[in-house]
Order: sequence, then structure tokens, then C-alpha cells
Amino acid sequence: MPTIRIPPVLRSSTQGEKEVHAEGENVGELLRALADQHPATEAQLFSEEGELNRYVNVYLNDEDVRVLSGMETDVTADDTLVILPAMAGGQ
Amino acid sequence: MASGTDLIKQAKERIREVDPREVHELFTGEHNGEVIVDVREQQEFEQSHIPGAVHVPRGHLESRIETAVPNKDARVVLYCASGNRSALAADDMQEKLGYGSVESMTGGITLWKDRGYDVEVPRALSAEQRERYSRHLLVPEIGLEGQLKLLDAKVLLLGAGGLGSPSALYLAAAGVGTLGIVDNDEVDLSNLQRQIIHTQDRVGVPKVDSAEQAIGEINPDVQVVKYPVRLGAENIMEIIEGYDVIVDGLDNFPTRYLLNDASVRLQIPVVSASILGFDGQISVFAPYEGPCYRCLYPTPPPAELAPSCGANGVLGALPGVMGVLQAIEVVKLVTGAGDPLIGHLLLYEALGTTFTDLKVRRDPDCPVCSRDPSEISDEEMGVFPDYEAFCAAAG
Repeated sequence: MPTIRIPPVLRSSTQGEKEVHAEGENVGELLRALADQHPATEAQLFSEEGELNRYVNVYLNDEDVRVLSGMETDVTADDTLVILPAMAGGQ
Repeated sequence: MASGTDLIKQAKERIREVDPREVHELFTGEHNGEVIVDVREQQEFEQSHIPGAVHVPRGHLESRIETAVPNKDARVVLYCASGNRSALAADDMQEKLGYGSVESMTGGITLWKDRGYDVEVPRALSAEQRERYSRHLLVPEIGLEGQLKLLDAKVLLLGAGGLGSPSALYLAAAGVGTLGIVDNDEVDLSNLQRQIIHTQDRVGVPKVDSAEQAIGEINPDVQVVKYPVRLGAENIMEIIEGYDVIVDGLDNFPTRYLLNDASVRLQIPVVSASILGFDGQISVFAPYEGPCYRCLYPTPPPAELAPSCGANGVLGALPGVMGVLQAIEVVKLVTGAGDPLIGHLLLYEALGTTFTDLKVRRDPDCPVCSRDPSEISDEEMGVFPDYEAFCAAAG
């Protein structure tokens, strides 16, 4: 089953889980499955129109899904999806 | 058994010697692949040498000459101080290493100078600097050339806080010639858990002054330029212009976008890191060579996903790791060693001790770096929708 890595700012929405396993054939299905398991993540990941929010970067293994096939990008059981919002802390 | 004098005499009988006048004519005229090799010790070479000479100390002749002069049929002229060491070296190259056309210059560089020919006096480190930076000098990727580049470098640190503290200390220790520091804050007791450039007795002191004192105690070679101001659209271009590399340890999104736009305009690379809790990120944004901050993060997250707007916790040693990684990237950019993190975003997660390397691509539609730097206007810099509003909402 593919692994989804949860960034620190979303962990309060996944009961502190840093990694979540979910079923899905492609990136979009995997993120939907995450939102089903942890409904609090849905509003942070998706816009009201159901699109992935522009401020959320998603990587399949080490590659940005925007340069692959976006939400349609196929995933396999060994893949890892990294969700990455920007961070600004420095002090 | 033969004496040393006998050995030199015998070597000179086997090889061909050449007068400095002929060498001077050879190397001031048209070259045909001739090579001149200085076989003296490092210190002698550093004091002065014949322009264009390759340096291979006699003690390293066998191990280095084939790299320095790969063509064994080339005409090679060796010289030393007076012509004895070069005769012995020429004899070895001819008899043992198979070089076909080796000569030794009569009278060495001493006679060369007496004839009034030019010598090159290379820039060198003082004896104290050679000792201070000896571990850098021993690393081939840095060496004397890299150390001189570091001493000439101007690096600007944005923030003397969690990330800025360790990077400032290591860059000062590395001998970066000029360190600019932008910070309008004063040292607070709660900073000392991670901001290791400051000390208990400097609580209440402006951070730029506290950092300057710490840097001076480590390395008097470093000139510190202090900017006790908040970086904003009104001063950013003036402050960052002229620096070779910028180290971004800023604590908020508006200034990070502003910095990106200004650094793209001025084409200054930025070593950018951020920290939160047990997680850190680092990348190098080299304008027009790789992606910029806006290619990676086209829009900032809303307040609930941007906890840096308010007060948040961080493991004290985490900015240590990320700030030192920044210092290393700066040294790589300045010296040209290795592959900087351009086009890569490295994530460090301390609780699981994992490093993740993600690829970052240039966005062909990037609102900033897809355009010519001269087209980016003052009005556009650092602009994005409604940020101040939700930052205020986050407290």
C-alpha cells in the first residue's frame, strides 16, 4: 500500500501520524483516501471546487506531481507521496 | 660511495642544461607545447615564480608530474633556485620516467632574476592564516585558491537567530571576508535555547552587536557589516546589492517573497532554510540557473498552515543542523566545490532521523524568474494576495 508522508502542519489533522497508508490507483485517489481517513485534512488539501490547493506541493517519491501527470499520476504500492506546504520559520 | 656533489655532477652530465636567456625567449615567443616546471618547495613557489610555470615540488615529482605534464614528448624545462635540484629532477624524468625532452635551467630562478626577467608574485596567506586555515588547505576541493575566494567573499546573513547563529559562526571560522548581518532584534533569554551566537551576558543587546562580538572573538579576518533594521521593500535592494551569496534565515513569508524577487533581480544566489518543530527544509535558489522560491512555492499557505506567523516551538539543535548545512552550501557556492543544492529541496525530519531529497524544477510560467531581471518592477516585488490580512489573523 502506498505511503503518504504528512507535514508537521497537517499532523494535528491526522492524530499526530507522520505517515498514513492509503489505497489508490493515482495521486488524486490517494489524497482523497487520506481525506476520507482524516476528514480534517480535506479543507487544507482541497479547494471548495475540489481542486488541490495551489499552496500544497505534492511529490511522488522525489518528483513534483506537477511535472508528472498531476492528480492523474499512477502510483504503485511501493511509492511514497510527500505533501509539502511552505514553511517560513527561521528564528 | 658518491657524494651529493658527485651525484649532481653526474646528473648534469646526463641531461641537457639550458640558459635562462633561451628559456625567456622560448616562453615570451610563440609556444609549441613547451612546459616550464618549478620543482622548488611550496613556500619558495609562493614567494615568486616564473610566469606560467607549473608547480611540482621535487619531493612529489614521481607522483604528480604525469598529471601536470601528460605528454612525455613535450619539451619540458625544469628550474629550481640555482639549478641543482632541477638537474636531479630532470635526470629522474629522463632516465626513470621516460620523458624525451627534459632540460634544467642553469642558475635557476636566481640567475633568471639577475638577468632582469619578470617573476610573478602570487597572492599568499600570512603564516597565521596558513595555520588557521590549514585544514581547508589540506582539502583539495578548497585548497589555497578556495581559501582566497572565501577571504574575498561577501556573504549576507538575513537574521542572527536560530539559523543565522550557526551559519554565522561557521562562515566566520571559515574565513569569509565580509559578513553582513541584518537583524533589528535584541537578544532575549528565550533565544539562548538555540541562538548559539548570543550569550547570557548579552541579553538585551542588539543581535547585530552580539553577533559581531562573537565573530570577532573567533576570527579577526572577518569584517562584519551590521544592518540593525527590518528588511523591507524600501531598503532591500540597497542592502543586498554587492553581496555574493545571501543566507536566508527569515521568519516570515512576506519577507521571503520580497527577498526572492529582489535576489532574482540582482541575480544573487540565496541559500534558504526554514525550521519548525523537528522539521527543516533547505534549498539553494540560484537565479536563472535553477528554480526560484516562487517556482517552488507559487503562493503562500493560509494562516492555519503557516504557523510561522505566530510563536511556535522548535527543537534547539534543529536550526543548528539546518544552519550548518546552509554554511556548507555557501562555502560550496563561493569555492565552486561540489554540487550545491540548486534544484533540490532537502527535508530533514529529526524525530525519525530521515533526510528526503526532492527535485525542484524551474516554472516556465514563474511570475518572476521567467522574465528578464530588468522587467521586474519595484511595485511587483514581494507582492502576493491578502497575506498581511491572514498573517494578522494568525496573530
